[in-house]
Amino acid sequence: MTIYLILLALIIICAGGVVALFTGASYKAATWIGVASSILGAACAIFAAGSALFCGYHTSIHMAWQIPFGSFYIGLDPLSAFFVVTISIVCAIAAIYGAGYLKSYSGRKKIGAAWCFYNLLFASMLLVVIARNGILFLIAWEIMSIVSFFLVIFEHEKKEVRDAGWVYLVAAHIGQACLMCLFIMLAGGNGSLDFDLFSVSADKSALFMLALIGFGVKAGFMPLHVWLPDAHPAAPSNVSAVMSGVMIKTGIYGIIRIIYILGIPAQWWAYTLIVIGAVSAVTGILFAMAQRDIKRLLAYSSVENIGIIISGLGLWLLGLSMNNMVIAGFGLIGALLHLVNHAFFKTLLFFGAGSVVHATGTRNIDLMGGLLKRMPHTALLFGIGAAAICGFPPLNGFISEFFIYISAFNLLTCKVQGGPVEGGLIAIISLCITGGLAAACFSKLFGIIFLGEPRSEHAASAHEANGSMLVPMMIVAILCIFIGLLSPIAIRFIAPVVEQLTGSGNATVPLSMASGLLYKISLAGLSVVVVVSLLWWVRYLLLKGRVNTKGPTWDCGYLFPSYRMQYTASSFSLPVINMFRWIIRPSLNVEIMKGYFPVKGKVSTHTDDIFRKRFFNPIFRFVEVVAHKVHKLQEGRNQLYVLYIAITVLVLLLIKLR
Amino acid sequence: MTTWIDIFLLALVLTDFRLLASSRLGAIIQTTVFQAVSLSACMLLMAVRPISIYIIALSIVTFTVKGIILPWLLRRAMREADVQREVRPIIGYSASVLIGVVLLGLSFIIFMPMKETVSGSAFLMPGALFTTLTGLMMIISRKNALTQVAGYLVMENGIYAFGVILAVEEPLLIEMGVLLDVFVAVFVMGITVYQISREFDHIDTDRLSELKD
Repeated sequence: MTIYLILLALIIICAGGVVALFTGASYKAATWIGVASSILGAACAIFAAGSALFCGYHTSIHMAWQIPFGSFYIGLDPLSAFFVVTISIVCAIAAIYGAGYLKSYSGRKKIGAAWCFYNLLFASMLLVVIARNGILFLIAWEIMSIVSFFLVIFEHEKKEVRDAGWVYLVAAHIGQACLMCLFIMLAGGNGSLDFDLFSVSADKSALFMLALIGFGVKAGFMPLHVWLPDAHPAAPSNVSAVMSGVMIKTGIYGIIRIIYILGIPAQWWAYTLIVIGAVSAVTGILFAMAQRDIKRLLAYSSVENIGIIISGLGLWLLGLSMNNMVIAGFGLIGALLHLVNHAFFKTLLFFGAGSVVHATGTRNIDLMGGLLKRMPHTALLFGIGAAAICGFPPLNGFISEFFIYISAFNLLTCKVQGGPVEGGLIAIISLCITGGLAAACFSKLFGIIFLGEPRSEHAASAHEANGSMLVPMMIVAILCIFIGLLSPIAIRFIAPVVEQLTGSGNATVPLSMASGLLYKISLAGLSVVVVVSLLWWVRYLLLKGRVNTKGPTWDCGYLFPSYRMQYTASSFSLPVINMFRWIIRPSLNVEIMKGYFPVKGKVSTHTDDIFRKRFFNPIFRFVEVVAHKVHKLQEGRNQLYVLYIAITVLVLLLIKLR
Repeated sequence: MTTWIDIFLLALVLTDFRLLASSRLGAIIQTTVFQAVSLSACMLLMAVRPISIYIIALSIVTFTVKGIILPWLLRRAMREADVQREVRPIIGYSASVLIGVVLLGLSFIIFMPMKETVSGSAFLMPGALFTTLTGLMMIISRKNALTQVAGYLVMENGIYAFGVILAVEEPLLIEMGVLLDVFVAVFVMGITVYQISREFDHIDTDRLSELKD
């Protein structure tokens, strides 16, 4: 029953997209249809997935299909249902936001096409997480990549957008190639591509590595993240939110699903994941620190958060391979909870970034400033998102990172012979560094954008976002606060998945421990809220009836302040950047002033992505050189081509028939 | 009986050499007619006794298509394009014949291990392969579009000969498929050649190399 409901959701979403495509230039019609179908479809999907999560209706449909090895086989188990809920919530909210955000494009762009691609992206993501057949999965995965490519190049008249689109397309297809190999190898055992009929006969470690690379490109951990910092800024903000919030999580889903299919993991897989997670988290946030483009910064921060999730998954695997369910359970709870949390606060931050970009017309934070007074609501909501992503209690980011910490500390204290203490150490140290850097990074982001004085007329003439953009931000912010304060309820949502992924009956101990801890955290969090509101009330009482003066923001006793006296984004982050100069290698161009009297000076910094510059660029250049050499074979005479064929046939005959 | 099959196969091989050696289009088209005759005769000779009506019908159809209709089409295209001979082949005629000898040797070497397994003449498989290779050779070494079409026809003759050998029991479906293929292809090419010559005043294919990216 529930499975038909999710099928209905898919149909509603796709149909809405197709109808929106044919609304022509009408902004209103396309938007209404797009938003309504997204919300309706999301409601169906959430209802179906909710009943699968809480009532244990694990249903599936299996229909034959003409495609060889293919079958239309979809199913809802807790893992799928969990992702369905997350995707649906984020996509529905982002659709409402898109209604306001895309308004400025109406008349210039085909809004109907944008909604069509958006809805197809939503539907394909749902299909990816419920598909139970390799072919169906690969098709859904490919649709997801292609459709999101079209959304990325929405503003295709700009060159940097087109370049970002190409990088994304190439990256997505490298991943897809790995996935094809993976599924072919998985089917090798008994020739079926249905997930429950896989018999793993090939080398498990090879399969794991293929899955890690294939899904890792989409998930975007280091060093496979190169498409992310280009594609996210290029896309419209509602799409960036969906891509960063949930689309990259389908990569995580794939990794979890394949590990679940492969069975008991080897210990080195866990180490691989933990190390990858640590590297992604630390370098991701470091590169975020060095960015000036607000959406690029958020994209790098996604890399960081994916790193944290991967670390949690690594601890889960380590726990499973040691048969220690406390470590496994806590690691998994942390990873899944962080996945949801990141989906929410990153969506919130991208919405906020979209509103800011919309208001100022630039993505460069060095041209912003002082927006707190001009966009107070956006600033407040953005601030909540920034605090949540830094992991400040009592918001939701804290809860998930807390679980990963507990898992890692459990690993340190468990005295197994030759125990894998290093895994726990790596996770803890990287999380500590990441947490500190994230706080620095987001205080820079918030401070430069919203505090101080405007740094340009763009910022000075900014206006508050419209209601259709503010309401979705409020909903997500409330979700963030809700998960932070009422985490014992939130964990019920994850418990069935944890039970599924740690083996039946193994999850009771970690889950009961977790809810015990969460009650205490909730209590502490709620008391913080109570204390803060009391203080606020006291402040209100004290100020009541007194004169309340307001002065300029950046005065400092100086008579003629100029906006140029403020910290810039680069100068704020300079101390941290200098500390990690050996990793991120920023280039600094200084024109040294000469002469005795002050003249105009100039300083500029630039940070390239080292993985792209030092690793991928040489590889692709090599491929290009080889391709140019091979191109000489394509000489243009068809006689020559026939000669190639004839020679091949002769050689094959000689070899095979002799 | 085997003697007769051998004689017709020998005719096939010899006509291949004639194709490689001649520059005049008329002679080439005439030779394909000979090939059609030998092929349909081979087919009749190899068939299981008593000969079924299908085999007779098929050999008649083969002869009609390959020996009458297609040569007629090619002659017509030749007349309309107003070309008589291949002017500047990529590989010269004597060189072509020498390469042909090498290819014939190769064909025998390739099918040496299978000599015992195939019933009938020892010439069958090498002869068929050599005819196929001759067709390919004509496509590779000539520039004139009509010669290349004839080469394609010869190549299909070789494939047809393979069919005669391997599917002698149930040849109908395969042979009809090949026949239809050849017929449509040559039909289309005959028309195309005419169009090309009307458009460009010549039918040398090397100008097509400008179409590469």
